Amino acid sequence: MCLSSSEPASLPAEDISTNSNGPKQDLLFDEDPEDLFAEATEEVSLDSPERDLLLSDGPSPAITPITPPTSVITPCIGHSLLRIKFEQFQTCFLQIEEEEGGDLFDMNISVSDPEKVGDGMNAYMAYKVTTKTSMSVFKRTEFSVKRRFSDFLGLHSKLASKYLHVGYIVPPAPEKSIVGMTKVKVGKEDQSSNEFVEKRRSALERYLMRTVKHPVLLKDPDVLQFLESSDLPRAVSTQALSSAGLLRMVNKAADAVNKMTIKMNESDAWFEEKQQHFENLDVQLRKLHASVESLVCHRKELSVNTAQFAKSAAMLGNSEDHTALSRALSQLAEVEEKIDQLHQDQANADFYLFSELLGDYVRLITAVKGVFDHRMKTWQKWQDSQMLLQKKREAEAKLQFTNKPDKLQQAKDEIKELEGKVQQGERDFEQISKTIRKEVSRFEKDRVKDFKTIIIKYLESLVQTQQQLIKYWEAFLPEAKAIS
Amino acid sequence: LASPPRAVNVDLQTDATLQVDISDALSERDKVKFTVHTKSTLPNFKQNEFSVVRQHEEFIWLHDSFVENEDYAGYIIPPAPPRPDFDASREKLQKLGEGEGSMTKEEFTKMKQELEAEYLAIFKKTVAMHEVFLCRVAAHPVLRKDLNFHVFLEYNQDLSVRGKNKKEKLEDFFKNVVKSADGVLVAGVKDVDDFFEHEKTFLLEYHNRVKDASAKSDKMIRSHKSAADDINRIASSLYTLGTQDSTDLCKYESLLKLLTFLCFKIEARVAADEDLKLADLLKYYLRESQAAKDLLYRRSRALVDYENANKALDKARAKNRDVLQAETSQQLCCHKFEKISESAKQELIDFKTRRVAAFRKNLVELAELELKHAKGNLQLLQSCLGVLKGNT
Repeated sequence: MCLSSSEPASLPAEDISTNSNGPKQDLLFDEDPEDLFAEATEEVSLDSPERDLLLSDGPSPAITPITPPTSVITPCIGHSLLRIKFEQFQTCFLQIEEEEGGDLFDMNISVSDPEKVGDGMNAYMAYKVTTKTSMSVFKRTEFSVKRRFSDFLGLHSKLASKYLHVGYIVPPAPEKSIVGMTKVKVGKEDQSSNEFVEKRRSALERYLMRTVKHPVLLKDPDVLQFLESSDLPRAVSTQALSSAGLLRMVNKAADAVNKMTIKMNESDAWFEEKQQHFENLDVQLRKLHASVESLVCHRKELSVNTAQFAKSAAMLGNSEDHTALSRALSQLAEVEEKIDQLHQDQANADFYLFSELLGDYVRLITAVKGVFDHRMKTWQKWQDSQMLLQKKREAEAKLQFTNKPDKLQQAKDEIKELEGKVQQGERDFEQISKTIRKEVSRFEKDRVKDFKTIIIKYLESLVQTQQQLIKYWEAFLPEAKAIS
Repeated sequence: LASPPRAVNVDLQTDATLQVDISDALSERDKVKFTVHTKSTLPNFKQNEFSVVRQHEEFIWLHDSFVENEDYAGYIIPPAPPRPDFDASREKLQKLGEGEGSMTKEEFTKMKQELEAEYLAIFKKTVAMHEVFLCRVAAHPVLRKDLNFHVFLEYNQDLSVRGKNKKEKLEDFFKNVVKSADGVLVAGVKDVDDFFEHEKTFLLEYHNRVKDASAKSDKMIRSHKSAADDINRIASSLYTLGTQDSTDLCKYESLLKLLTFLCFKIEARVAADEDLKLADLLKYYLRESQAAKDLLYRRSRALVDYENANKALDKARAKNRDVLQAETSQQLCCHKFEKISESAKQELIDFKTRRVAAFRKNLVELAELELKHAKGNLQLLQSCLGVLKGNT
């Protein structure tokens, strides 16, 4: 018995290779399982070639095509038949959609132990990347590797080149900072360079977590290699001032110019609305980010001023000749000193929780806008093919009346090729549109989750602050009352 | 304006024979009009209860008349209230008006409310300062009998005191220069009296320390207000963010707005408490300790005059010339010095009592306010957390 469907393409393995243009079909996100699995109610024998297709992982071991969870397949070694029911597939499919490839998303990545390697201008920071996971896509449950900043940039660069142009929102990598890094290289062991390293470490951690939370990116071999293998080829083209870097800048500028000239007939209101929505969000988030940075600044100032006041109050207490009042003033000075510490902690919370998150989202939105732009480019390509086809057809029509059979044949061949291109262009456009819809909805869900998590953390820090304040003032009150 | 609360900075005993307060105040373009309300059983006044309208310059006139009165040399003259200063607040309101076009209606309304509240707070404070001055005078056993004071309280016409013109201001400036130079000379004179020697050393150091604490507390409160302003700005941009988002996110955006507003309130309240209970207290005692220093200066001056008169008398006796003149002069100086010393001692003791009481009151109230607010904030924060965590 075999699958009645004779098209192996109904269950294609995803073709992921490092130089490909990305997955040709995105089955994980397909909204109509019925089309694919309507035929799957037939029983499949263990030995059928279709089963091999079903179970094969395709050219890349990292990508799992739509398969039922292993619990359905592996115990069947003892069975002669695999009973694959549509409903099972449907539930499996939904489970997969939520559980990201067969397991619940259970993964935690931490970036730690920044270590300076080397000396002088060639020095760099090495970070330990530790992954703890129970997911089946990994060989072990806990493992760590050493990575440097350019490795992260290299990873992002690869992912961007593979996935951005087909509509996936690839999380942007943390920003380079020539000033920051130079201080570290030169060996300045002061507070600002420590802060810089900590800021970077935290950003790298968030970057990796965001990347692996993306169900498609998690399965990418580059991501897996980054997390697992102890040796990683140096990503040289990520240097800011390298020729590759300059080329990137030129391309970016060219893109910007091109974008301005594309006038797309938006037939889908959803896209128009969403694009506007992201434009507005971009503006608002930048404004918010600026306000939060200002707050962090003022909070630090407040901490300094509170400490100064505390010292001043202590001096006043010393010169006061009424003993009880003198003691109370000294106590006040101590309370204010402790409050100063609270202000510092609050400033850190403001910064790490909010400012950095907002910065991340400002960059993410840029990636989202990029994806919308790629859709426009895809549309443009399709339109261009269509126009070219039109021209070729007209030319062919003219050739009909001349007696040039070779040229006519050539024209017909070209037309056939172009027709294929046009069809592909249309398919690409529809695919990217579909992908973007899915990505945007995932992005919005994640955004809400992210902000909610941060807000809860921030609230908890505020609760702690208020509790501390209560403790301090309750201790102070009897001292104040004791003045007579 | 509702009757402002009685002066919070200073602990004063009031009695039925003379009660003074500022029952109303009106802020006009460039001046403030205070309604001074008096209740008295003293026979000096025509009625038992009456009110007059006074401006800041008239308070200054009264203060200066005390300072210039030789009879009051032995008393701590209650410090003059500071000039009402709405310039900064007015400037902010004006800037807001100019920038109206660049912000949304909600942002504008919110900022306007904040600035108006700030204006009102400054206004209340200046009223309180002027009231404290009058209350101190009314509570003083000697000053309350002053004729100028009674005129100030009762005369229901304009006192026609103009502010000092340029020449007079310059004169004042030079007088102060001379006085501080003199003060340095006089301070060098060691006092035989232990009490006054101790007071001199104490007041000098105390005054400087209060000055420093006052400046630092102002700085701290300003930072606090800046942080609160930032949070306010964040709340406004969140407000506009929410109205454009899809309904899915609206739930969280509105909670976020509430939280930000709460954060703003937390900061703003602390800043306001510190301002009221700490900054104002320190500012007031900065001025009072200066007035106490002035008293000590006058006494030292009188001592120096007395000693000089003694020397002159000895010389006159030695030369046997103008002895009577020298004797009279010496007696006058002696009398003046002793009079000042006597009242100064009591004044300084009273100053200490007042100071301790005022600090106690304000520190206790500060701690109680901070506790009250922290507990309230804690409750709100915990209920917000409960909503967020339970809401999945």
